[in-house]
Amino acid sequence: MNRLLRLTRRRLWTAIPVLMIVVVGGFFMLEAAPGDAVDAYVGAIGGDAELIESLRRDWGLDQSPLHRLGLYLWSLAHLDLGMSVTFSRPVRDIILERLPNTLLLMGSATALSFALGSLLGIVAGARPGSLRDRTLSIASLALYAMPGFWLGLVLTVIFSVHLRWLPGSGIETIASGKTGLARALDIARHLVLPVTSLGLVYLALYLRVMRSAMAEVWRLDFVLATRARGVPRRRIVLRHVARNALLPLVTMLGVQAAAMLGGSVVVETLFSVPGLGRLAQEAVSSRDTPLLLGVILTSAVLVILVNLAVDLLYATLDPRVGTGGRT
Amino acid sequence: MRFLSRYGEFTAGAALLIAIALVALTAPLTFPGDPLAIAGPPMLPPFADSAFPFGTDRLGRDVLAQLVHGARTSLLVGLAAATTAMLFGSLVGLAAGFAGGLVDECLMRLTDAFQTVPAFLLALAFVSVSGPSLATMVLAIALGAWPGPARIARAEVLSIRERDYVAGARVIGMHPLEIALREILPNALPPVLSVSAIIVASAILIEAALSFLGLGDPNRVTWGSMIAEGRAVLRTAPMLSVFPGIALVLTVLGVYLVGEGLVEGTAVRRGLS
Repeated sequence: MNRLLRLTRRRLWTAIPVLMIVVVGGFFMLEAAPGDAVDAYVGAIGGDAELIESLRRDWGLDQSPLHRLGLYLWSLAHLDLGMSVTFSRPVRDIILERLPNTLLLMGSATALSFALGSLLGIVAGARPGSLRDRTLSIASLALYAMPGFWLGLVLTVIFSVHLRWLPGSGIETIASGKTGLARALDIARHLVLPVTSLGLVYLALYLRVMRSAMAEVWRLDFVLATRARGVPRRRIVLRHVARNALLPLVTMLGVQAAAMLGGSVVVETLFSVPGLGRLAQEAVSSRDTPLLLGVILTSAVLVILVNLAVDLLYATLDPRVGTGGRT
Repeated sequence: MRFLSRYGEFTAGAALLIAIALVALTAPLTFPGDPLAIAGPPMLPPFADSAFPFGTDRLGRDVLAQLVHGARTSLLVGLAAATTAMLFGSLVGLAAGFAGGLVDECLMRLTDAFQTVPAFLLALAFVSVSGPSLATMVLAIALGAWPGPARIARAEVLSIRERDYVAGARVIGMHPLEIALREILPNALPPVLSVSAIIVASAILIEAALSFLGLGDPNRVTWGSMIAEGRAVLRTAPMLSVFPGIALVLTVLGVYLVGEGLVEGTAVRRGLS
């Protein structure tokens, strides 16, 4: 356990400068945008020069950028992400409100792609080079070549417009008054299409990693030994080859977390799921700088946490990790 | 036998890409004039009129002409963004690996920071700040894509700088900069190039997603904006969204197949999963 603790401490320690760069870089990038929050606010609500003047003063926008960065960092230290212009509410509250939906969506999509991907990867890797292997490889590549939002649109046309099996937007039926299990089922029904369109795209990643890891294991001597002992092929595939090929898949979980967060922006927008991704899109379209910066920061923290969790999982599975010095 | 099958996939991918590239290059000849101009009656279904084999959209614009011109944008943005990202990434990786010490540490933390923010979110924020144009689109995508090549280049440099011929160059008194650019860089490049296909493919997909969200250059046809445009009439004319999507899938698939063929062909070990 000591080993895991050390690993956690080291990772969190290196995360601090990285997050600092993200904050400062993000702040100055958004600072360069033409027009500020007041312009966006007045553009939406309307107002005269006097109002603009007083708003600038109230929001501290008449100060120098460096001064404002200092203010922002100061409030960040108090876990305050500032005020959203369009929502007129603290950014932190909005993000915390939206975060669970995104976590649910991403968690389900990851589970789907991991489970189905590794399963199909085992099928493909059972006989490397066979027709089945090649068909699965190409099919998964085609899936990986699909933009998630387009897959979502096609699925909507089929399952929502024509067959009318599934709802095509939202996270739950509005004002249905459902509670408990009925509400959970309702949310699950709404999530089927977004989760499928997000998860299917990344399935290929797991399939291919599993497949190539298995192809490596097949070449090892101990597999030859089990074959020589006359162990049935199915047993070799599952007990010996697939099991030893599982480890690289765990690393993929971390690699793909950032990509999936990015993908959720479009998928959430497409299916009107009120999550972090759609919030990013809303922030961009309404020029809500504090909100956008908040979303970027939250995503960065999320990616760091997921990677930390993956590293810990990896270290528990493979006792060699984290015993020595730095990798 | 296995080599042949791989070879077959590579050929298929290459054929696909060459066909799409030809279509893109000859677009001004085959469909002269503005593809965004109104050409006929609106909402003509596909395969009904020989003048408009793929039909027309809500405003009566030729879908085929838009598809053909969209190929130009996709390929251009994909290639330009990937080239920028790989050039910049290799330079950063080279500098980090060669300089070592504090420079290395700082550059790698910077790389970490860029990898921590989802590439698409970064591109979204950058485009929203700099306004929609082809150049900002390329930069925005490159911004999220350079850390991969940078890491690979750095790892390569670290292993190459210990080789004998580099030590030899040092002994004969070559300038460190010359060693870096003439001895190390050319040898560190092949592994970086082996991930180029993945970067081109993801650049094309990010461009499509940004255009789908309405952040693309409004004066250019893109497949992403065509899909978004077709979404308004998804119930009655789903093909308006389906055609550009198929074009996207074929292009990206072609890039992947060619990339895999190249990697296997040159037997370069991939340094990045």
